[in-house]
Amino acid sequence: MNVFLSIKQFFNDLRRQKLRSIMTMFGIFWGTCSIVLLLAFGTGITEAQLKSQKGMGENIIIIWPGITAKEFKGLPKGRRIRPTDDDVNYIKERATTIARIAPENGRNMNLKFGRQLTSRNVMGVWPEYGIMRNLIPQMGSRFINQLDLDNRRRVIFLGNLVADQLFGDSVSTAVGREILVNGLPYTVVGIMKEKEQDSSYRGRDSRMGFIPNSVYQAMFSERYSDDIVAQCKPQFTGEIMRQEILRILGEKYKFDPTDVGALSVWDTTEGFAFLKNFFYAFSGFLVAVGIATLITGGIGVTNIMNVVLEERTKEIGIKMALGARKSSILLQFVLETLFITAVGGLLGLMFGALIVKIVPMMGGEEFIGVPRLNLWGSMGVIVILGIVGLIAGIFPARRAANLQPVQALKLF
Amino acid sequence: MAHNVIYMKQVKKRYQTGQVFFDALRGIDLRVEQGELIAVVGPSGSGKSTLMNIMGCLDVPTGGVYKLDDKVVNTLTSNQLADIRNKKIGFVFQAFNLLPYATAYENVEVPLLFARVSGKKRRERVHELLARVGLADKMANKPTEMSGGEMQRVAIARALANEPDIILADEPTGNLDSKSGGAIVKLFEELHDSGKTIVMITHDKSIAERAQRVVRLKDGLNDTNGDLS
Repeated sequence: MNVFLSIKQFFNDLRRQKLRSIMTMFGIFWGTCSIVLLLAFGTGITEAQLKSQKGMGENIIIIWPGITAKEFKGLPKGRRIRPTDDDVNYIKERATTIARIAPENGRNMNLKFGRQLTSRNVMGVWPEYGIMRNLIPQMGSRFINQLDLDNRRRVIFLGNLVADQLFGDSVSTAVGREILVNGLPYTVVGIMKEKEQDSSYRGRDSRMGFIPNSVYQAMFSERYSDDIVAQCKPQFTGEIMRQEILRILGEKYKFDPTDVGALSVWDTTEGFAFLKNFFYAFSGFLVAVGIATLITGGIGVTNIMNVVLEERTKEIGIKMALGARKSSILLQFVLETLFITAVGGLLGLMFGALIVKIVPMMGGEEFIGVPRLNLWGSMGVIVILGIVGLIAGIFPARRAANLQPVQALKLF
Repeated sequence: MAHNVIYMKQVKKRYQTGQVFFDALRGIDLRVEQGELIAVVGPSGSGKSTLMNIMGCLDVPTGGVYKLDDKVVNTLTSNQLADIRNKKIGFVFQAFNLLPYATAYENVEVPLLFARVSGKKRRERVHELLARVGLADKMANKPTEMSGGEMQRVAIARALANEPDIILADEPTGNLDSKSGGAIVKLFEELHDSGKTIVMITHDKSIAERAQRVVRLKDGLNDTNGDLS
């Protein structure tokens, strides 16, 4: 009953001093809401950017044929260096930094299903290629596999947009059907799951088709690869892998590993590293803004608590004159702060969550991503603001409660 | 001889501001018997209010002995003092000191809440008290919606909440016009008739005349009548 009566009194006080309670609550509400949004959008943007960067593939480099620009061991410059599938296997056997490597060939082909005809880049690839390039098959479908490659099966894996175009509404039944590729029948074995991709060199993967490289080579009597895609092991960088590959091929084809002309290389990990650093700094910036917001919110709460000090001290004096113990005065303050913080904080959290829900519906996902609620971070904010409020409220209250009642009554 | 509810021997109060001392009370002797109505008079600055505050346990003396119901108050803990203020003494201020945001009902309820009086009993008691001071119809009014006389009646109802033996009033009519003041004085007389011990500071001669005893203070000392004997 003791606690119950305290609570009754606390609610009486809260109700009576609506403005003060609401202002304090709003301070907490605003602080929480701002930081919830900051964290949510920060996370969303970072993830969106990193994800679409990864869309082309993670930790990959792409190697194109070239012409030597340096003389080497008595050989002249100007020799063509054109790696083949055998070279890819040769590198694979010797390199220590490589996780996966695969050749890639491609050209424009006519794809036809029923009356739908479209001209698309179709790539000849190895199974590893799908993993490197994040070509994830949709449910119930698959990527090119080793048997396809070994047996030169005429199978094709379609980018999701190509599949949509060819099959339209019946895209869900596309797997297992035959389409014509440059007039020859191919079985659709898989369709790519939609993905974010912000960079490419032959167009987005969603607009391409993929067939076993052995089939491609037979079709076009290709011996050389258009390019090679290699993925380094996570403990190495793209640059180290590049040097190793150049050294291995340099030995085989007798060119200077430092010859930038021999093979041209795009190290996508450089950009990725930059982006990672950028977003690292971005997160730091968000944390700084968050802390600034917290301080502002804390000052707001402190201010409100101090503005009402005069009124409060007299109120405390009156209550003590009427028989309030010090502990019940302090309990009242603690309850008040806890209640105001909890309500303000939860409202802020809910409002923030609402905005986080609504904003993605208005589009722009490609740039800002999907904002994600950081529940623990938000709870932390509420707790910090609560502590600030408690400190701001309880010290003056304690000072007042430590006075003789008559002093508290006359202090102001 | 009747029981001494209040006994003061050489009570002193010294205020200190930095290096400056001020002796508000320089040695007061006072006895109040159960059921007495006493008026405390004296020029301003004579220490009347300080005396009342000490008597009401709103302040502590810096010297001397103060016994309330034969218990030495000087050594009590702050919680014990709070309980005395809650149950033994009803204090009526010149400036009313009502909680500004609370209704008449809620103001009267406060001491009952601190005394942990349960819901139904508390409600009955508040109604009874406000009826007794003639404010049964103003229960939901806030102080800003009441006249000075009405506010002081709420304050008296509040002072009576836990049926204290002693009512202390510090110029209860000081902020009131003569008509409302008269009504308040009448209330105090009724309380006295019902057996309460009342100590009241006043400037009003007519009130002082009705008291059984007038205690005069001057410069923090007894002028007359501090002690019955």
